[in-house]
Amino acid sequence: MTALPPPQKKKLGLVIDLDTCVGCHACAVACKEWNDGGQFGPLPDSDPYGADPVGVWFNRVHTYEVAAPERNTADVRPGSFEATASNVVHFPRSCLHCETPDCVTVCPTGASYKRAEDGIVLVDEDKCIGCQLCAWACPYGAREISEQRGTMQKCTLCVDRIYNETLEEADRQPACVMACPTRARHFGDLGDPDSAISQLVAQRNGYDLMPEFGYRPVNKYLPPRPRRDGSHVRQSAAREETVDPVQLPPLLRWLDRALSR
Amino acid sequence: MKPALSVIFFTVLAGAGYGLWCLLGAALALGAYPPGRGNVLVPLGIGFLFVSVGLLSSTLHLGRPARAWRAFSQWDSSWLSREGLASLATYLPMLAVAGLARGDNLFVPTRVAGATLCACALVTLSCTACIYTSLKPIPAWRDRRVLPLYLLFGLWSGGLWLWAYLAFNPGLLALPFALGLLALALLGGGLKLGYWKALDAAPAGSAGHATGLERFGQVRAFEGPTTEGNYLTREMAFVLARKHARSLRRIALILLILLPMILIVLALIWPVTQIFLASTAAIACVLGLFVERWLFFAEARHVVAAYFPQGEASVRPG
Amino acid sequence: MRQAARGIGYHRGAMPHKNLKLGEPTGDQVSTTTCYMCACRCGIRVHLKDGRVRYIDGNPKHPVNRGVICAKGSSGIMQHYSPARLRKPLLRVGERGERKFREIEWDEALSLATKWLSDIRARNPDELAFFTGRDQSQALTGWWAQQFGTLNYAAHGGFCSVNMAAAGMYTFGGSFWEFGEPDWDRTKYLMLWGVAEDHDSNPIKLGLGKLKARGAKIVVVNPVRSGYGAIADEWVAINPGTDGLLAGALIHELLTRDRVDFEYLVRYTNAHHLVIRAPGTADDGLIARDENGNLLCAVRSTFSRQTGAAEGEPGNPASLLSAQKDSPGPGFPRGDGGREYLILDAAQPDIAPLIAGEYILPDGRTATPAFQLIAERFLASDYAPENVSAQCGVDAETIRRLAAELARTAFDEAIELPIAWTDTHGREHASMVGRPVSMHAMRGISAHANGFHTCRAIHVLQMLLGAIDTPGSFRYQPPYPKSAPPGNRPAQGRKPDGSLTGNPLGYPQAPEDLLVGANGEPRRIDHAFSWAYPLAAHGMLQSVIRNAVGGDPYKIDTLFLFMANMGWNSAMDTGHTRKLLCERGAEGEYKIPRIIYVDAYDSETVAFADLVLPDTTYLERHDCISLLDRPISDADAAADAVRVPVVRPDAEGDGRDVRPFQDVLLDLGARLKLPNMVDEYGNPKYRDFADYIQRHERAPGIGLLAGWRGADGSDQGKGAPNPDQLQRYREHGCHWEARVPERGAYYRFANRDYLEWAQRMGFAGSTEPVTLQLYCETLQRFRLAALGHGAVQPPEHERARVARFFDPVPMYYAPLDDHAPSEGFTLHAITQRPMFMYHSWGSQNRWLRQIATRNYLYAHPRTLAEHGIADEDWAWIASPRGRIRVQVRAHAATAPGTLWTWNAVGKKRGAWKLGNSAPEFVDGFLLNDLIGERDASGAHSNADPVTGQAAWFDLRVRLERDSQPRLPGHRVELCHDDPQARNKRGNST
Ligand SMILES: Nc1nc2c(c(=O)[nH]1)N[C@H]1C(S)=C(S)[C@@H](COP(=O)(O)OP(=O)(O)OC[C@H]3O[C@@H](n4cnc5c(=O)[nH]c(N)nc54)[C@H](O)[C@@H]3O)O[C@H]1N2
Ligand SMILES: Nc1nc2c(c(=O)[nH]1)N[C@H]1C(S)=C(S)[C@@H](COP(=O)(O)OP(=O)(O)OC[C@H]3O[C@@H](n4cnc5c(=O)[nH]c(N)nc54)[C@H](O)[C@@H]3O)O[C@H]1N2
Ligand code: SF4
Ligand code: SF4
Ligand code: SF4
Ligand code: SF4
Ligand code: SF4
Ligand SMILES: [Mo]
Repeated sequence: MTALPPPQKKKLGLVIDLDTCVGCHACAVACKEWNDGGQFGPLPDSDPYGADPVGVWFNRVHTYEVAAPERNTADVRPGSFEATASNVVHFPRSCLHCETPDCVTVCPTGASYKRAEDGIVLVDEDKCIGCQLCAWACPYGAREISEQRGTMQKCTLCVDRIYNETLEEADRQPACVMACPTRARHFGDLGDPDSAISQLVAQRNGYDLMPEFGYRPVNKYLPPRPRRDGSHVRQSAAREETVDPVQLPPLLRWLDRALSR
Repeated sequence: MKPALSVIFFTVLAGAGYGLWCLLGAALALGAYPPGRGNVLVPLGIGFLFVSVGLLSSTLHLGRPARAWRAFSQWDSSWLSREGLASLATYLPMLAVAGLARGDNLFVPTRVAGATLCACALVTLSCTACIYTSLKPIPAWRDRRVLPLYLLFGLWSGGLWLWAYLAFNPGLLALPFALGLLALALLGGGLKLGYWKALDAAPAGSAGHATGLERFGQVRAFEGPTTEGNYLTREMAFVLARKHARSLRRIALILLILLPMILIVLALIWPVTQIFLASTAAIACVLGLFVERWLFFAEARHVVAAYFPQGEASVRPG
Repeated sequence: MRQAARGIGYHRGAMPHKNLKLGEPTGDQVSTTTCYMCACRCGIRVHLKDGRVRYIDGNPKHPVNRGVICAKGSSGIMQHYSPARLRKPLLRVGERGERKFREIEWDEALSLATKWLSDIRARNPDELAFFTGRDQSQALTGWWAQQFGTLNYAAHGGFCSVNMAAAGMYTFGGSFWEFGEPDWDRTKYLMLWGVAEDHDSNPIKLGLGKLKARGAKIVVVNPVRSGYGAIADEWVAINPGTDGLLAGALIHELLTRDRVDFEYLVRYTNAHHLVIRAPGTADDGLIARDENGNLLCAVRSTFSRQTGAAEGEPGNPASLLSAQKDSPGPGFPRGDGGREYLILDAAQPDIAPLIAGEYILPDGRTATPAFQLIAERFLASDYAPENVSAQCGVDAETIRRLAAELARTAFDEAIELPIAWTDTHGREHASMVGRPVSMHAMRGISAHANGFHTCRAIHVLQMLLGAIDTPGSFRYQPPYPKSAPPGNRPAQGRKPDGSLTGNPLGYPQAPEDLLVGANGEPRRIDHAFSWAYPLAAHGMLQSVIRNAVGGDPYKIDTLFLFMANMGWNSAMDTGHTRKLLCERGAEGEYKIPRIIYVDAYDSETVAFADLVLPDTTYLERHDCISLLDRPISDADAAADAVRVPVVRPDAEGDGRDVRPFQDVLLDLGARLKLPNMVDEYGNPKYRDFADYIQRHERAPGIGLLAGWRGADGSDQGKGAPNPDQLQRYREHGCHWEARVPERGAYYRFANRDYLEWAQRMGFAGSTEPVTLQLYCETLQRFRLAALGHGAVQPPEHERARVARFFDPVPMYYAPLDDHAPSEGFTLHAITQRPMFMYHSWGSQNRWLRQIATRNYLYAHPRTLAEHGIADEDWAWIASPRGRIRVQVRAHAATAPGTLWTWNAVGKKRGAWKLGNSAPEFVDGFLLNDLIGERDASGAHSNADPVTGQAAWFDLRVRLERDSQPRLPGHRVELCHDDPQARNKRGNST
């Protein structure tokens, strides 16, 4: 089982739009909620109301600052516009359902496996011995062990939703995708170049995280689009207007204005 | 990486056990081992103790130790599975050696069993090392010195225990054995220094790289997903302050390499003090090895750490 | 190795994942209801399994959230099962603040409350101060207060965002906040002023997602770039409190470059209304009216209705005369430098109003079009980009570019929708022209003492761009627009049955509407609607405790608080407030004799109550999200909703005995025999709140819910009560919506199609157009009183203040609490709401608290460097009120000079059933301890002088290094605890 399945056509996964994500944590909490009470739950928390609350999450949201390379914030005059050089990017992180991940091959028990039919990477909890090797083998931090259960847990791509015929068709989507209030998360078949999600990736230059590991993530991230903050148009912008305010004081100009009500 | 004590315990003890078995087996195979049933059985027993206690302790690392048996099934891809099988397999030649040890240690089947034991022990040691070297997200463990270091330190510590036993029979410490041990130590020590040097020179992971956002500028992790720790920060983003690392390295080097080497030299000079010197050396070496293994974890940075805000978390006093 | 392994042996071994079940039902039962993890009020589906809540997700059919759900909403399950839930009514047995209670039965609790309240009502109903916080039942609570007869009622709006509400209502009969929204489907340019999250949490996010998908430009004006700012194209890192200058400079630019939608102005605003200029007289600054009360304007006399337009035609005496004859109002031709003009009824259609110049009124006085006054103010060099740049921290070039972009988008990229409509003059229009520039603003604007004027400046900016309720711009949500300001005024007196003549809250339109005594002193305990804060339309919860303790203006008996954590995050000067709650008089009696508090959870405020009435969680009760309250409509549809019980409070069989507060309130009302709460035999008129929702009528045909009215449920908006109404709501996902007719989609202030629909629905009394108030005449009425005119005038000490701040033209002034840069308090300190927490509630939620278990103080790296403070150091943030030791983090996307933190993450030990060393109190902090409730002089609340809005964000502070910066630990040192504290401060640095 630990062996990877032969390359499959269907590659279900998520696409996360970093241009649109506002970092609201909705996806992370919706994920926790769905899975806590579901097939792969519970997702235990230790010391939930105490000094050191730590729980298992399948999806976590980070925030990064991105300083434009050419500007040096140290030179910024307090309170001046130069301070605006900084960008902020929110970054949700969950299992990428890689095509050739070591998290599967290192597993000594076969608990960690990749489904042949759709590429979803799962942990069969009944087989897992909780050795954590798979978590160590994942560069993306997608796996978390639960102390209470002694087994490894991870994003299931909501396999218990997407094929679940007790749900309405429209609800057969991952919980995080359904929840995302900005619709920055997309779910679909990334193996099918004609699928809407593959098209989106193509259009927006979706990229792989740390491709050098050779795990070939299925999930893609859409990069932030260029910001139109006027840094390019700095000089010219205001000049385009036609009226010369000096020549004709506005109030005089308006004296004669014929308007219709 | 957060030092996993049960695993450290395992690699140190079982490493010494396999090293001991390996040297014993090799000596038997080569016909270079002194005769006597006890001379085989006692070291074999010491090895057995080390290996078995180590293996048992390793199951403490498991979230579900009772299911440990499942770990043997995935030998075709998993080094942990292979290690498990190898460790079990090694018990067979060990038993064979034990059974065949009749005092006359030149008995061919004993020698064959010894050779097998030696090979199996080496394989097991290598599997252990490969568990680490196969983990791509932990660059420190991918270092090419890791595998030889596991072997060398296994043999070195095992060798010292063998010596510690042999020391009880005065005159048994043959010069070639002592020189061989010294060579192992020098080689191991040198390699480890190289490993540390490389570790210090290794670039730290960057958030820009981890997120793929580096092309947009300097990326800094601002807020992580939790303000307190979580599994990932505790397990993978374990940070050891530089100055602590330095002193621990020094301690490791002294206990693991320098002290035992000095003791060997002293033993060669004053053979009468052998028993004391050898047992001190063996114990020092194991202690040093603990520190070395602890550092092996503590100093290894998992790439996932790059996703999280850096900086040393302030330590609450008391 | 991996390659080799791939595929080979994949199917070896046992069945893969034997226990994988892909088709398990989510639960055994699903109910729709309305979320209450925040005030956004999304539709949710609650999935139950074995009687327990298994999963909550968004209701895809709900108009507010369309199926999405936020982090708070998803974790509602953990709120519902929170260990901090109250279990039974509590009676205080220890001292206030000690948190020592005895659990009592409801009968005892209600008899006690009834006793206290009936004594008050017999004596003086105003001795009851009934204040509610984050509740959404103001339609009931306000009505109840009215029946009880106390003036002293308000909800939390006064410390929340009354500046936005008031500025909007007095300007255009609508508001930002959740009363309007950008045209998410059409806008090409969105400016977000001081918004971190807002009430329309999910709709804004859905909208931003749409904008992103369409490639519209988003500009964020905010000292901090986070959340929404992160995805914005442009971040304008403004210095706190200076948005009025920025808006003014943008207006300056538009005016200078003549990029103004004049047609829009003269059609829909009062730009052309003639303002009387007669300094020193009682009419100065008011709009000129004819004898019938019609507002007047000047028009060019060459314009004739008969000939149509004749722009530029030479003056023709014949047409002039005929215009005079035809016009319904008086027309007075006057010579003016060779030009001719008429003075006409400004409301007439098809005239050519003049917007600049000086005109002589029929009575001989001089008057000027309102627009000219606006133009004069903003063309002045005070608002030139160069001159505001340093103060705002935004460079002049950027301001000019932003103005140019706004104008370009509004005018050069205007859109036209082929939707025909009829205006209020009956004129048919074939299409709707849109200015696809939209604005949205919230507490970054409102939580300053200059917020009212700043918000008005933003509205003026919108009007100049022709960008209120046009395609692509900001849009009203029904039932808005109302008239500007709306007609309801605060009730002044009582009826014979003791009830108030109307709702205690409203919109004063003239000094006569204020609640002041004969000497101009406040009549309300919070001083709302007094001369100090005349337009305090939402009351001033932030001042109640201080005033009640000080007996200012009088003593009260019972403070009845509902759902307001006044002992913590919703108090200013929290430490002091907590002391005040416990303060005793000479006889040892508490200065606030009784405190009744209604909460569902063990919050900080519970500790101070004498009697605690435990509410249910939001999944255990009926609530009504009414159009009479804060509506959930979106621009295209009026909507309301209900919350219905999904689980029973006693479901866990642990003796928890809590009751829905609305039921309790009606029960109390009946026990008190309040008017309209008992029938003629003195029996309770309403069984419970559900019954009230269905049967109560506010006015004939108008009740709390607008859907399925009429005996058979076929009416909407107005109609007789329907005994099956709640059932119908349940059947329809617990919400109702009525789409605005397409012809009524925009220009609603002057759109007959819309106004007729609104009238039919009961939203509007008439189909009169709403005139947008570029110039706010109402303000001038108060100013005139301050200048000595009229019957009701401010007391001497308030005159100058009223005269200054009641300027009918928006203006900028530095925030009032902006004192003390001399003492070195030069930095600004503000808070932001985290998207995943709701004020103080989140920390009892085991999932949410993991995300932020403590808060940090964030500052630009440069600011930290200037103070010798490193990232992650512990340092002191100090204001004149004291100092707090906090952990500091660098954040480059913060304007240098500004410090900020996430709001209300810090908690008080003992509350919320958190462990004794929870990081919320060991490391986290509340900024409120440093925010004064008084302004610098101490004479007024730290609030906007127009509206009484609490000025949370005017806080000025300094950063102090700690001698052991790496030693963790939060500490608070307040000056009122230890007057020496301020002097000691130097020592630790
Ligand atoms: N520094 C700073 N201070 C601020 C602000 C800021 O931005 N910065 N913002 C201000 C603003 S705008 C506001 S609105 C206030 C908010 O402050 P509050 O109005 O005090 O809001 P909360 O803390 O959310 O909640 C009040 C109480 O409602 C209780 N509660 C929750 N659910 C229920 C329920 O179902 N029934 C009942 N009966 N009670 C319930 C909670 O337990 C809590 O004790 O804070 C203000 N304070
Ligand atoms: N998740 C969540 N949602 C909430 C709430 C919550 O507690 N949590 N609370 C609800 C309540 S009661 C309210 S009132 C609303 C408030 O919703 P918001 O208005 O979004 O409230 P704040 O978080 O106070 O955001 C104020 C923003 O203004 C910025 N700011 C501060 N000073 C200035 C200034 O001078 N100029 C400008 N341009 N910006 C400034 C701050 O950096 C911050 O981004 O949110 C509601 N929604
Ligand atoms: S993201 Fe990690 S856990 Fe998921 S498939 Fe890839 S390597 Fe495995
Ligand atoms: S923790 Fe479980 S799933 Fe992961 S490698 Fe070990 S046995 Fe496999
Ligand atoms: S796909 Fe499902 S399991 Fe995976 S992150 Fe989303 S919600 Fe969680
Ligand atoms: S729910 Fe959507 S917007 Fe919110 S953090 Fe997740 S991906 Fe980002
Ligand atoms: S935005 Fe508010 S009402 Fe909507 S789901 Fe979130 S918490 Fe609930
Ligand atoms: Mo608020």
